[in-house]
Amino acid sequence: MEKDLSQKDNYLDMDLLRFTTAGSVDDGKSTLIGRLLYDSKNIFEDQIKAVEESSRRRGDDNMNLALLTDGLKAEREQGITIDVAYRYFATPKRKFIIADTPGHIQYTRNMVTGASTANLAIILVDARKGIVEQTCRHAFIANLLRIQHVIVAINKMDLVDFSEDAYEEIVEEFKSFSSRLDNLIDVTFIPISALHGDNVVDKSENIDWYSGPTLLYQLETVYIGSDHNHVKARFPVQWVIRPHSDEHHDFRGYAGRVAGGVFKPGDEVQVLPSGFTSKIDSIHTADGKLSEAFAPVSCSILLEDEIDISRGDMIVKSNNPPERSQDIEAMLCWFSDKKMMIRGKYVLRHTSKEIKAIVTDLQYKININTLRKVEDDKEFGLNEIGRACIRTSSPIFYDSYNDNRNTGSFVLIDEQTNETVAAGMIS
Amino acid sequence: MSSYRINHLDQLESEALFVLREVAAQFDNPVMLFSGGKDSIVMAHLAFKAFHPARLPFPLLHVDTGHNFSETIEYRDQFVSEIGARLVIALVQDSIDRGRVVEEDGPLASRNSLQTVTLLDALEDGQYDSAIGGGRRDEEKARAKERFFSHRDGFGQWDPKNQRPELWNIFNGRKNHGEHFRVFPLSNWTEMDIWQYIRREKIEIPSLYFSHDREVFERSGTLIAVSDHVHLQENEHVKTMRVRFRTIGDATCTGAIESESDTLDQIIAEVAAAHQTERGTREDDRRTETSMEDRKKEGYF
Ligand SMILES: Nc1nc2c(ncn2[C@@H]2O[C@H](COP(=O)(O)OP(=O)(O)OP(=O)(O)O)[C@@H](O)[C@H]2O)c(=O)[nH]1
Ligand SMILES: [Mg+2]
Repeated sequence: MEKDLSQKDNYLDMDLLRFTTAGSVDDGKSTLIGRLLYDSKNIFEDQIKAVEESSRRRGDDNMNLALLTDGLKAEREQGITIDVAYRYFATPKRKFIIADTPGHIQYTRNMVTGASTANLAIILVDARKGIVEQTCRHAFIANLLRIQHVIVAINKMDLVDFSEDAYEEIVEEFKSFSSRLDNLIDVTFIPISALHGDNVVDKSENIDWYSGPTLLYQLETVYIGSDHNHVKARFPVQWVIRPHSDEHHDFRGYAGRVAGGVFKPGDEVQVLPSGFTSKIDSIHTADGKLSEAFAPVSCSILLEDEIDISRGDMIVKSNNPPERSQDIEAMLCWFSDKKMMIRGKYVLRHTSKEIKAIVTDLQYKININTLRKVEDDKEFGLNEIGRACIRTSSPIFYDSYNDNRNTGSFVLIDEQTNETVAAGMIS
Repeated sequence: MSSYRINHLDQLESEALFVLREVAAQFDNPVMLFSGGKDSIVMAHLAFKAFHPARLPFPLLHVDTGHNFSETIEYRDQFVSEIGARLVIALVQDSIDRGRVVEEDGPLASRNSLQTVTLLDALEDGQYDSAIGGGRRDEEKARAKERFFSHRDGFGQWDPKNQRPELWNIFNGRKNHGEHFRVFPLSNWTEMDIWQYIRREKIEIPSLYFSHDREVFERSGTLIAVSDHVHLQENEHVKTMRVRFRTIGDATCTGAIESESDTLDQIIAEVAAAHQTERGTREDDRRTETSMEDRKKEGYF
């Protein structure tokens, strides 16, 4: 295989795109990722050999490309994906991190895990079956997580004779369903065959009526503006650096990762929850001082005044403070077999803060097929999505999720089992 | 606005520093695994950066099979003193002497599986509640499935079918008594990223990674270095070749590759053109189709 990353002058300086797969069971997500890696020559010979051998042992006719990502024993036995597989590949244009997620409803929480860090989602649809419940659920989740770029890949075109009518029908169906999903601002449709490689890396000869981009071309060229909010300055403190050495006796650095906005030495800042104000003395890294820090840079902030600051506090700029409240409303995805308990206590983890919380009400849940609100049913269980009211034991400082993914997101943890039971997006 | 952009290496570095600080903050007594290989060197380098100018808030732990290349140990001791870290050594030989494990025999004997027992014992002895490892998801198909914060039950086992959801950058390190976490700050790095980062940061690495002359022999398609710890079989013939290592693990099962690369740029070019994965040279991964998953379930890193 010929990758000439090393020949590129700027190979130390490439863009990174994170994308996820979505869609119903057996729509061909894993096969597509296998095909993408294979045709873009990002698979090694020993991996190909191992997959060929496994395919033969299993009695598959062709090389089963899904085995490249379905790496767990249970997945290989059942021929399905259970948990997210992360794969990496690069072309001379970009580096990619792929999260190949499961389509099965039982494993929705793993799909959400994979999708939560993605800039783009490829939603697969089986050309024979069209839009099914899981397509809707995943499109809805992509919208909820605010993945703005979506490629709808209409797969298995080989099984519908590469019919343009079949393709157009699904495109229309998806459009009418997704018209209410406001966050999906950039949607592209591509007819493909993951199994045979049509329009994945190479243009299909069987689909001559389609003149748009191949999947890889779209991934390489889609414009991903920065996902981060560079206006509202937010710095959750993770850890306080106090060297206790003679050389750095007075050093006191607040270590963390910028969650939004831009910080510069000399900036007036406020520390929450105490409300004390100070100025930034300097921004420290092991490689020297920074003249500015913005999301998602990890650094340490040094202040001019000695203030008591610890993990869970947030440094912000005084001119643009976050919301402050003990009562929040959020969209929740429920991940646990145990149903949500209204008035039940949970641990809420938000940025670097951990705090006790009570769910006070479920306002509604969403019927995935119709996207309608269901208001009279307060039972909220595994894989359901709805809007809840939560009260925390002391105020938290947040932005809406649509404004800032870092300060607008949280998880709920069961106090007894320590399991993560829900993901929340503050609105 | 568009100038607020950082490149892929900076993104990976920033993510790793974030994860390392979360470990320090969320656990009472973490430890960082250090093998002397390139991944653990990069990981320790990142830890140095994460807490600079303070010292690392956790020790490094080397699980020593005793089957080392001598260069590895020399390098280890120097590196550890340079970054000012505390080093804890756990010897597989001790586990053997104490009867905790039985040495494999036969020509293909390896101490790889024994390591797990020594590791779990060392974690218990030191009462560590979390261990930070240099595993990367691009290394192997079971690793590709693992979370940054990977939960282990009271027996040190991984349950791959029932991992905790891990959303955004929110890591849930809560656990019951006796349970552990394994944490992988390099999860999203590829072999290429590691090399590019070593070059960019000008990190010194053991000489084994660069081309040198060495006595080797071929075993099931892999070049194994001659040492006191391997037993030659009848049909195996020693020859001196110009080789280097892509990974450094146990000397008995890490294969060398023929190579003339003696600079980082040459290594990067070689990695870019490689036809085999780096673990393709590791005998231990090839024993069965899911050997990595099986070993991980038992507590292997
Ligand atoms: N004919 C045809 N078959 C396909 C195509 N893509 C995938 N398949 C087959 O569809 C089946 C399911 O493929 P997978 O890739 O495992 O599906 P998946 O979406 O990853 O499934 P889950 O991860 O379990 O949700 C396999 O038998 C594939 O060979 C295609 O383009 N054409
Ligand atoms: Mg799959």
